[in-house]
Amino acid sequence: METFRVLIVDDETDFLETIVNRLLKRKIDATGVPCGEAALALIKEKNFDVVLLDIKMPGGMDGIEILREIKKIQPSTEVILLTGHASIETSIEGMQLGAFDYLIKPVKFAELLEKLIAAFEKKNALLEKLVAAFEKNNA
Amino acid sequence: MKRRIYANLQKKIIFITLLVSFIPLISLSVIIYYQFAQVFRNKIEENIEYRARVQGNAIELFLKERTAILLAMADTYTFDYLAEKNNLERIFQIMNRRVGGFIDLGLIDSSGRHVAYVGPYNLISLNYYSQPWFNEVESKGVYISDIFMGYRRVPHFIIALQRQENNRRWILRATIDSDVFESLVRAAQVGKTGDAFVINKDGFYQTHQRFNGEILSKAHLNPTLFGEGTTVLEKEDMGGKKILYAGSWLKKNSWLLVISQDAAEEMTKLFKTKRIEIIIVASGCLMIILMTIFTTHLTIRRLETADRKMNELNAQLVHSDKLAALGKMAAGVAHEINNPLAVIAEKTGWMEDLLTEEDFQKSQHYEEYKKSLGKIEEHVERARKVIHGMLGFARRMEPHLEDVDINRVLNETTSFLDSYAKTNNIVIEKDLMPDLPIIASDRAKLQQVFLNLLTNAVDAISKDGNIYLTSRRIDSEIEVSVRDSGPGISKEYQSRVFEPFFTTKQAGKGTGLGLSVTYTIVRNMGGTIALDSEEGKGTTFTVRLPIVVPEKK
Repeated sequence: METFRVLIVDDETDFLETIVNRLLKRKIDATGVPCGEAALALIKEKNFDVVLLDIKMPGGMDGIEILREIKKIQPSTEVILLTGHASIETSIEGMQLGAFDYLIKPVKFAELLEKLIAAFEKKNALLEKLVAAFEKNNA
Repeated sequence: MKRRIYANLQKKIIFITLLVSFIPLISLSVIIYYQFAQVFRNKIEENIEYRARVQGNAIELFLKERTAILLAMADTYTFDYLAEKNNLERIFQIMNRRVGGFIDLGLIDSSGRHVAYVGPYNLISLNYYSQPWFNEVESKGVYISDIFMGYRRVPHFIIALQRQENNRRWILRATIDSDVFESLVRAAQVGKTGDAFVINKDGFYQTHQRFNGEILSKAHLNPTLFGEGTTVLEKEDMGGKKILYAGSWLKKNSWLLVISQDAAEEMTKLFKTKRIEIIIVASGCLMIILMTIFTTHLTIRRLETADRKMNELNAQLVHSDKLAALGKMAAGVAHEINNPLAVIAEKTGWMEDLLTEEDFQKSQHYEEYKKSLGKIEEHVERARKVIHGMLGFARRMEPHLEDVDINRVLNETTSFLDSYAKTNNIVIEKDLMPDLPIIASDRAKLQQVFLNLLTNAVDAISKDGNIYLTSRRIDSEIEVSVRDSGPGISKEYQSRVFEPFFTTKQAGKGTGLGLSVTYTIVRNMGGTIALDSEEGKGTTFTVRLPIVVPEKK
């Protein structure tokens, strides 16, 4: 499995740190940031395949807002939302805005991995299609 | 305590109703009775007075007739003619033939000597000069005496009149047959206790009478009690009985005809009426009492039932409020626990990840570490389930309405459990009413409801048993019932099964939220859920949902 870049956005730093470590251990290029502003700054610099975004963070930017911004900066980046049960409506709204899926906290790690890979594969498939279409056009 | 309130209320209603119905009933009957008694008494008095008057007139007429014929004889014949015994006898016969009632006839000269006599006694040549009546006749001309004994020593009375013939005065005297006179008086007497007699103005009996005193003895009645003409009065006799008297003055107020009557005897009919009236009133009262008690009882029972229903409704409201409050609290707690739980889960995972590294595998307690981490994960998962359940309970999303065919939802739901049921030898029998109306409801939530109930049923049976699933239309509701052949729920737990976190399942097997979530969903849909369980026989959950007709699109 080829490695891919994942950005994790969560204000719970203990959680953030651990997830990043576990993903890194599985040879996934994971980066963690504790807030939306930092995430957007990083996305502008670097290309991420998948963003794991906690939509309920006290203070700072609202999850849905961050999602909109990400989709503006890098439309091909897949976003997986992390949510509490009560914010499930927000997650559905997020899906309508182009998020790949949502996960309910606390997440089973295996499930998280599956979702990340699925999101990555979707993005790749899309890219391949784009590439194919581009080549066809050039040919 | 409650029962006492109802009992008191019942007593009050009965008391008031009886009071309101008895007062007019009893006063009416008393008034009617006394009016009737008064009229009746007046009638009796009138009757006795009438008899006294009529009989008095008859007696007066009797005396007048006899006086008149005696006068006629005295006017017609001379002293000398009458002094002849044969003549006197002939005249006596004529008089008795004409009017009757004479016993004897005598002619007396002015010196009082009995000149001639016709009759049964030997009275000839007796001198009457010193007799009281002799003076009376001399002064009055015509005289009807009181009863007296006279020479014959037998009670009798006489009619005597005086005539002046040239220089001679003489007296014609006749004795009235007291039997005839008495029978005339007696004619006024009626009934078993009635009496009729004559007393003179000094209060001595002039005729025989039935019950009191002999003739010429002092009467028990004082004649001065009676007024002019005919009067009625009531007096108690010696035995204390009330006697009604009617007195009619005769013979220029020297005799009093008295008719007496036992008031009680005359009033017998009235007493009979009184008895009938009492019986009618008493049975009326009894009927009123019974009806009042019956209707009051009925009313109170109705009231009690209504109150109880109201209380039940209130209890249900309180219950659902309690559930809602618990739900809100659960949601808050869940959020607070979720984040640390996520961290624990990830830290554990991270530790597991690290354990796979070579250094650790060589460690003496590697297996212990791994096992412990596995346990932590297992319990985090358990906590996670509880919290998810809690959040599911707390979440009150607006129901998403769509057209729902209940039978289809039931079939779909049972299909989830089919394979599990088969392996555990549980038969799910379905009796679904065809053509149930399509209702507007939330399919996913209904599925959750039925799945919860069916899962509970399966868990209750665990192995070998039956589940009966039925759907029915009852009026404006659809009723779905899930019956299992499991061990049932004990009475003490039955009231608690819908409470959040209440479970009878083994620790770790149930969250205790399934039924409370189910309860909340059903209530939010405007339906009801009821439990009927008997230990050892099984449990039935019955869900009733209102038929909400989908809008036409």
